[in-house]
Amino acid sequence: MFTTLFFLGLIIFFVGVRGAKVISWEFLTQIPRCSMTQGGVAPAIVGTLYITLGAILFSLPLGVACAVYLCEYSPKGFMVNIIRISINNLAGVPSVVFGLFGLAVFVKFFGFGVSILSGSLTLGILALPLIISSTQEALLAVPQSIREASLSLGATKWETIKRIVLPAALPGILTGVILSIGRVAGETAPILFTAAAFYMRGYPKSVFSEVMALPYHIYALMTEGVHPDRQMAIAYGCSFILLFLVLSISGIAIIIRQKQRIQHG
Amino acid sequence: MDKKIKMRAEGVNFFYGRTQALKNVDILIHANQVTALIGPSGCGKSTFIRLFNRMNELVPDTSLSGNIYLDDLEINSAQIDPVEIRKRVGMVFQKPNPFPKSIFDNISYGLRVNGVRDANSIEERVEASLKKAAIWDEVKNRLNDSALKLSGGQQQRLCIARCLAVDTEVILFDEPCASLDPISTAKIEELILELKKDYTIVIVTHNMQQAARVSDYTGFFLLGELIEFGKTQDIFTAPQDKRTEAYITGRFG
Repeated sequence: MFTTLFFLGLIIFFVGVRGAKVISWEFLTQIPRCSMTQGGVAPAIVGTLYITLGAILFSLPLGVACAVYLCEYSPKGFMVNIIRISINNLAGVPSVVFGLFGLAVFVKFFGFGVSILSGSLTLGILALPLIISSTQEALLAVPQSIREASLSLGATKWETIKRIVLPAALPGILTGVILSIGRVAGETAPILFTAAAFYMRGYPKSVFSEVMALPYHIYALMTEGVHPDRQMAIAYGCSFILLFLVLSISGIAIIIRQKQRIQHG
Repeated sequence: MDKKIKMRAEGVNFFYGRTQALKNVDILIHANQVTALIGPSGCGKSTFIRLFNRMNELVPDTSLSGNIYLDDLEINSAQIDPVEIRKRVGMVFQKPNPFPKSIFDNISYGLRVNGVRDANSIEERVEASLKKAAIWDEVKNRLNDSALKLSGGQQQRLCIARCLAVDTEVILFDEPCASLDPISTAKIEELILELKKDYTIVIVTHNMQQAARVSDYTGFFLLGELIEFGKTQDIFTAPQDKRTEAYITGRFG
């Protein structure tokens, strides 16, 4: 436990010290200049926000619907077990495989090209098992007694789910969503072939544009370009921003969970 | 004297899987009277009461034979939607189970699912049902607080109010005081006596004194059978069956 804390602390310290130096208003709001060695990383920040938002917009409704079906409607049996096992396995698929899958299906087959859309859908699938399992947990935690209370008042099953069960499960679902935001925002491999561009002159214009994204930008700065020494500092700056984003998102999740605990005694 | 029958069960058998929980039960529930069902744990009285609003359908792998009528409606017939039955036959559960919502929303929920949309009439009916359930004075200044902040006894009266808000005709109480202290229990019993003017009441209870205090009719269940049914006074003073006598005198159970 202390080892974990130690390493987390070390990472934050290391990235903080090296990254904080380059963080400035300009770094956060300007586009890169002079072969990535000057200016800022604003398009990468904005791009990360776009594809993360897109991924959640896609996976949240689908994941919640899937979990509601599995928990509330599906008859127990062979097929449902297969679905459950598939979901668990989906969570274990390496993210680079998702990237290849996205390339084959969204970029090529559906013809979305390398774009925000393809990247969001790929990341959405990656987030799906997380959202499904956290929603399932949240739904199972809703006591049977309040479902019975609702039904006994003459509510239909769907009314009960929509107006009693889902609101009661909401904090748990949100926690899952936020954790998957953290996960999705930091992923590199799935967007490698589906969304990310090394350099763009400005901001993306539509969902069919390529985008810059923080994790990929870090990767690119460290592996490509002609000024590795000067690029490295910027990579640390990007790491710092990304780490800050992900940690603060997890922080929000913890606060929500805490609030829920207080509410439910 | 009005001898109207509100609900009746004829030849009811009920199974959990292959285990028979109820054996050929017949009963008459008189309108505007309190009917108590007593018996030791596992005798089928809770299972039985849950047949009156078709709640046992939620339990997988169960089967039912026999007929149950609400007025003259066979409630289990294929054309009847259980939702319609539950609107007419309300239920108060063993453990208070308010929704994790505000006190106001706990009551208004039933109205909304029953199609009441007008905000004014919702407000009026929330107030009326809270008053009927004798909890209005305790909550009127904090209707927007979470219902979970109320004490157990208050929560149970809130659940009764919730049940009254929809136009229910019969109220089923499934051991409503099992988790309450004596003072809260007394309040609920008082309330039951008050409510029988307007509603038909069936109460399952472990507590024989409670049955004696609140009910007009009593049925004694043992191992899934209705051993004896009659006026409460008769059951408690002159039971016909030896097993009933043994139970109410405390020799087992």
